[in-house]
Amino acid sequence: MADVKLIGSPLSPYVLRAILALSLKKVEYELLEEKFGEKSELLLKSNPIYKKIPVLIHHDRPICESAVIVEYIDEVWPESGFGAILPADAYHRALHRFWTYYVDDKWFPSLVAIGKAETEEAKAEAVERVRAGLLLLEEAFVKLSEGKAFFGGDRVAFLDVMFGCFVNWIVAAEELVSVELLDEATVPALHGWAVRFREHEAVKEVMPDSGRVLGFLKILQAKWKADAAAAKKKL
Amino acid sequence: MDPAGGFDLELLGSWADSHTHRVQLALKLKGLPFEYREEDSLRPSAAVLLHNPVYGSLPVLLHRGRALLHSVVILQYLDEAWPSGRLLLPSDPCDRAAVRFWSHFADDKLAPSVAAVFSSCPGDGRKAAVDQVHQNLKLLERELGGGGAFEGRRFFGGDEIGLLDVVLGCGSYWLAVFEEVMEVKLVDPEAFPRFHAWLRDFEEQREVKETIPPIDKLLEYATAVRQMMLGGTGADDDNVVAVN
Repeated sequence: MADVKLIGSPLSPYVLRAILALSLKKVEYELLEEKFGEKSELLLKSNPIYKKIPVLIHHDRPICESAVIVEYIDEVWPESGFGAILPADAYHRALHRFWTYYVDDKWFPSLVAIGKAETEEAKAEAVERVRAGLLLLEEAFVKLSEGKAFFGGDRVAFLDVMFGCFVNWIVAAEELVSVELLDEATVPALHGWAVRFREHEAVKEVMPDSGRVLGFLKILQAKWKADAAAAKKKL
Repeated sequence: MDPAGGFDLELLGSWADSHTHRVQLALKLKGLPFEYREEDSLRPSAAVLLHNPVYGSLPVLLHRGRALLHSVVILQYLDEAWPSGRLLLPSDPCDRAAVRFWSHFADDKLAPSVAAVFSSCPGDGRKAAVDQVHQNLKLLERELGGGGAFEGRRFFGGDEIGLLDVVLGCGSYWLAVFEEVMEVKLVDPEAFPRFHAWLRDFEEQREVKETIPPIDKLLEYATAVRQMMLGGTGADDDNVVAVN
């Protein structure tokens, strides 16, 4: 049955994107978990250019990059499970893809910057940047959802998956630094969306809870601190 | 705008911006008439900021007044909004995944490495930057060869130019420009025979010739930017981004 394999760990939000897509399509697959800090032979062979997870292997052919993987899954299994992931309308598809680019290019790095911040000042700056990004995404949600539950309207669609993979990372970050990010007062629409997204049948089955993510985030933070200290020593 | 009722397409772009060229070329390949408006890539106008408040960058494609942003997103939109015309993406999901992956590589790895050559200082820094470009070109060379995703093809799209040709091609002209301005060798035909042949064939296409500015204009532009950078006027990465 291992026609479809996925290399990665659900604790990586990028891997979670692929997991969510496969869950929405109800496609069976074998998860090949990578150990944190190590890269398996298979990973290095399947993704020699980036050496990163996730990698989807279908009929022994590797597909790399989370956005590429999710679009591939949508195209190979167009009608399965909950149906199409990319919206039907071309303009909406373009908006979902643009906001995905924004999330990867600007927003998620600003969330990571909270974890990497070494001073209170840096942390506060990073928090403000994340909040500013969430306000933009709030506006995008209002426009795209057209009053309905998800970025895809009635259905979970591409941007729900590509941004929704971070919802428990946001909760973990909130706990880690004791700040509110996705709060009801400032981003009411996104706040409601996050609750609904987590509750979706295909999502709650596979989404790691924020406790697990927080544990992982603490390990990552320790690693970042060690890396920063080692880099300073070299100077 | 086409007087016969038109496609209502307006492109806001900049003449030396490769991302603008991508969209212009795609529109020409698809035979879609459009209005073009030249914008200052360093000083976004009110119109650009209105349509692209998040980045304030070019190109912006307006279709019936609705803004499409980010060149690779725009190219896919053109296929999806005009599905019965000439398509830029292949139909097979595996091939589409390869096009998307290498388009990501073009913007994520190749373009920054080429920009790094342009902003490098002579000596070890320049050598390292040039080596990085070579490493990236080697990866593309391999994909055009035996066992590669685009094995034996004249273009990445097959017999005709496709999305990946447009993405890689619009930008690859900077390689020749930087070779001259920075006095380095980037696309050695002996080291990268397939890539070299592909680029030569791409640049021979009629629509490409109609889109890409003459090389002497690009040389003049790059030389001016380089002089500004060296002049210590606090030139920042914006200049390098504008060049790409």
